[in-house]
Amino acid sequence: MRHLLSTRDLSRDQAVAILDVAEDMADVATREVKKLPALRGKTVVNLFFEDSTRTRISFEAAAKRLSADVINFSAKGSSVSKGESLKDTAQTLAAMGADAVVVRHPSSGAPSVLAQSGWIDAGIVNAGDGTHEHPTQALLDAFTIRRRLHRSAARGRDLSGTTVTIVGDILHSRVARSNVWLLTTLGATVRLVAPPTLLPVGISRWPVQIGYDLDEAVSAGSDVVMMLRIQAERMHAAFFPNAREYSRRWGLDDARLARLGASTIVMHPGPMNRGLEISSGAADSTQSTVREQVSNGVSVRMAVLYLLLSGEREELS
Amino acid sequence: MPARTVLQQADISRALTRMAHEILESNRGTDGLILLGIPTRGVVLARRIAHLITQFSGESVPTGALDVTLYRDDLRRNPTRVPSPTQVPSGGIDGKTVVLVDDVLYSGRTIRAALDALGDIGRPRVVRLAVLVDRGHRELPIRPDFVGKNLPSSQEERINVRLTDIDGEEFISIGGTS
Repeated sequence: MRHLLSTRDLSRDQAVAILDVAEDMADVATREVKKLPALRGKTVVNLFFEDSTRTRISFEAAAKRLSADVINFSAKGSSVSKGESLKDTAQTLAAMGADAVVVRHPSSGAPSVLAQSGWIDAGIVNAGDGTHEHPTQALLDAFTIRRRLHRSAARGRDLSGTTVTIVGDILHSRVARSNVWLLTTLGATVRLVAPPTLLPVGISRWPVQIGYDLDEAVSAGSDVVMMLRIQAERMHAAFFPNAREYSRRWGLDDARLARLGASTIVMHPGPMNRGLEISSGAADSTQSTVREQVSNGVSVRMAVLYLLLSGEREELS
Repeated sequence: MPARTVLQQADISRALTRMAHEILESNRGTDGLILLGIPTRGVVLARRIAHLITQFSGESVPTGALDVTLYRDDLRRNPTRVPSPTQVPSGGIDGKTVVLVDDVLYSGRTIRAALDALGDIGRPRVVRLAVLVDRGHRELPIRPDFVGKNLPSSQEERINVRLTDIDGEEFISIGGTS
């Protein structure tokens, strides 16, 4: 693996292999010494053009647990605010000897521009680009589902036979896109539930079932219900009348949680708007994997960085 | 040069039996004893030696697997290696006598990595090394405590260990340029 830009590029076997390595990395977190020497002497740059706490901290923790050096770069307070281009920033990082660059950018496609530009030779990891993809989030979601379903027998397995319902703002969600591709590749059935205004054009070509009514979806049952954040910062038009109406029709409240049954896994990529798309009762229930998702995020990102950076660099194909 | 078989299944069983007795003897019983195999064939060998020790002493010995992939010193010289699971017995290894088990001892670099990996899991009282084959050509100051068979070899030769549990056949052969 040279770059991780999209979950659409991953084959089933590649995806399962990443999840299996993540299992080994998760074991490290239970030990006395939570550190591995595998990436000693490598430099990982976190290049964040957009605000983030958990993704950046998660990548930082992952790189440090593998003994890599970490440089954090955020656009605020850097030369980017003076108008420096992506090209010049990339060349600066290349000159500093970065082995991997973890990029978050408000524009879809920015990481793949970096990967194909020739400005920098480092491995590129997409940590969220615009409304395109967020592959490590989808990998950690798949990892969390697989661990909950199969426990210690999870290694080597995919998610065939599992139904995952993703609810909310599909239109702006890179998490939803990455999950649709990855979960489908892993054999799961994906169902999307959203107000029609929050579904993208061309969705009929996605390998998913589409619904508009959360109550119907709850009655139909699902192994996993994944609630998406209402992204206020991207809501530049009137997609729904108001927050209360959204919450009543598409929010996971206590009543819907009770109807889902105790075996359904409730997920949220965070940060949560409690009381809007998910009630506090649902977020803190035993079915909720919100905190597991955060700790699994470190293991999955360790696996990705390890697979990207250890070994001889693959030649450009 | 075609490969020639140097140990048959019966020879391997005999060697493992002797090693089990030697481990029991040097540890004066099974007190605090743990066998950790290095994947993939070391894990099978550790289980077999533990089974034999149980037969001779009537007491069971905890076994596990110790993956050394992430501690290797040649990670950046080879294509990416995928790690295997590490399984440490539930009691941990602190204050125990840990016997590392591997199939072939060659440069000693795998064992160096295993010692580093062990240090991150806990602090054993003693660490010993048991190998089925010692083929020489050490590159580090490491020596085995229990050896199934010393096989002087040339560095061009390949030592091939096959075990029933993994390969469906069992022998050790030497030769054939790798």
